[in-house]
Amino acid sequence: MTTTEELTLHTEPFVLNFGPVHPSTHGVFRMRCTLDGEVVLDIEPVFGYLHRGVEKLAEERTYTGFIPLTDRLDYISPMSNNLGYCLAVEKLAGIKVPERAEYIRVIMAELQRLANHCIAVGSMLNDAGAYYTPFMYAFREREKIIDLFDMVSGQRLTYNYMRIGGVSQDIPAEFLPALKKIISRLKKWVEEYEVLLKQNEILLARAKGVGILAKEIAVNCGISGPVARASGVKRDVRKDDPYSIYDRFQFDIPTGEAGDCYDRYRVRIEEMRQSLRILEQAVPQIPGGAVKADVPHLIRPPAGDAYAHIESPKGELGYYLVSDNSIAPYRCHVRPTSLINLTALREMVKGWKVADLILIFGSIDITMGEVDR
Amino acid sequence: MFKFERFGLGIFKGMTVTIRHLFRHPTVSQYPEQRLNISRRTRGNELIWSRERCTGCATCAKACPQGAIEIVTAANTAENKYNVTKYRVDTGYCIQCGLCVEACPYDALFMGFSFERAKYRRADLVQEDDALAESPERPASGYFHPDIAAKLPEQTLLVDKITEKRKKQ
Repeated sequence: MTTTEELTLHTEPFVLNFGPVHPSTHGVFRMRCTLDGEVVLDIEPVFGYLHRGVEKLAEERTYTGFIPLTDRLDYISPMSNNLGYCLAVEKLAGIKVPERAEYIRVIMAELQRLANHCIAVGSMLNDAGAYYTPFMYAFREREKIIDLFDMVSGQRLTYNYMRIGGVSQDIPAEFLPALKKIISRLKKWVEEYEVLLKQNEILLARAKGVGILAKEIAVNCGISGPVARASGVKRDVRKDDPYSIYDRFQFDIPTGEAGDCYDRYRVRIEEMRQSLRILEQAVPQIPGGAVKADVPHLIRPPAGDAYAHIESPKGELGYYLVSDNSIAPYRCHVRPTSLINLTALREMVKGWKVADLILIFGSIDITMGEVDR
Repeated sequence: MFKFERFGLGIFKGMTVTIRHLFRHPTVSQYPEQRLNISRRTRGNELIWSRERCTGCATCAKACPQGAIEIVTAANTAENKYNVTKYRVDTGYCIQCGLCVEACPYDALFMGFSFERAKYRRADLVQEDDALAESPERPASGYFHPDIAAKLPEQTLLVDKITEKRKKQ
C-alpha cells in the first residue's frame, strides 16, 4: 500500500523572477523566488532600479530647494515627506512654526494618510484578485482628497506645500467648506467599503491567516506603521514621540492580533476612521494668523545635526540632517519606511503559494521611490 | 481552516453596493469636450515672465533647485540700472515646484494656468525672452498671487460635481 507521502509529487526547486515591471510589484521591484511547484521556498528581494541618489542630491541643493525632491520619494504620500523634512530642518535651525501653520500641516498630513490608505487597501484587494471594483472605488475617493491638495498647492502629485517654518501659502476661503464635505463623504465611503468587503468570503479565505508576521519579528526587524500594528505592536510616533501638535487631539491606535493580511487591511481601515476623527477635531480649532515663520530663503542652520521622525501613512519616516553652517545640508539621510518594512517579506511568504505571495506583498504597502531613493 | 458556512451572504452584500453604483452619476468627465475648471493655483507647465517688472536680480535662478533658469544682464550706465539681455527657461528640466515664483521680490514671475503644452521636440521646451510673456494663450496662474487667483474661475471639485448632478435628476 502506498502512503500519501509517496504519492506526493515532488518537483525540482527552480528560480523565478517577479518583476521589475510586473504589475503586482508596485513599481520596479524584483523578487527572485525559489519555488517548488507553486510553493514559495525562499525569496530574495532585488531593488535599486529606481535609485536616483536623492540623499546625495540634497547636498547640492539649498535647504528649501530639497523640499520638491522629498515629494518624489514616497510619491503616494508627498505631504508627509514634506512634513518630515521640514521638521528636521526646523529642529536643526530651532525655528518656531506659527499656530495656524501647525494646524494646516496636521490637516494635510491626515488627509494624506487617508489618500494613501485608499491606494493601500485598493491595490491590496486588486492584488488579491478582486480586480478593479474596490480599486476604482478607492481611487475615486482619493481623487476627491487630491482635489483639496490641488486647491491649496496647485499640483495633484508633487505638492511641494510645506516650507521651512510653515506652509507656502494660506488655505483659500473655499477650502474648509470643501474639507467638511469630504470628511462626511469619506465617512460614508468607509462604511460602504466595509459592507462591500468585510464579510466577503473570498477575501476572508484569501487573507485570513495568510502571511503571518510574528510580533517578535516585527519588533526585531524595525517594522513600523500599519504592518507592525497589525502584528500587535502598539507603536505610533504620533503618540510615543508627539511632534507638531498631535498631543492636542484625541485618537486611538488600532492594532491587530494575528498579524495576517486581513489584520493589515483592517488596521488601515480603522486608521482612516481615526484620521477622520483628528480632522473633525482640527477643523473647528484652526486659529488665524501667519502661516509661515520669518525664515530666509537661503537658510543657514548652525553647525550640528538633527533627526526628526513622523508617523507617515506607511510607518515611521525619519530625516537625519547634518549641517556645516552652509546653505546646503552637509549630509542628508532618509529613514524610509518601505525599505525597512520589506525586510520582513521573506519571513512572511515562506511556505505560501505564489498567489499568496502577491497578496502578502501588496499588504505591506510599499512605494519603490522610497525604497530606492 | 476557514469555514464556508455562510457562503454567499457576504458576496451578496457586496454586490448590492456594486449594483447601487449603477444608478449613481459617474465621477469621470469626457475630457476634450467636457472640461473641468482646474485649480486657481495650478502650477502649469510654463513660466510667465514680465520684462517690465524684472530687475535682473537672478533670485529666481538661485532659488531654482534644477538650475533651469538662465539670466544674463548688462549694466545700463545711462539709466543707472541693469538690463536683462537674456532670460531663458529650460522647461524640460523644470519640475514645476514654483520656488522661483515665491522667491521673486518684484512679482515679475508667475506660474502658467495652461496645461496642454506638450511639444514634439526637446528644443521647443527651451523658452526665451518674449516667448515667456503673458498673453491670452498663456494666462498667469494664481499661484502665490492671491489677487490673480480671485479673478480666475472657481475650481470644479469632484465631490461637488456629484451633488450638482443629483439635484438635476
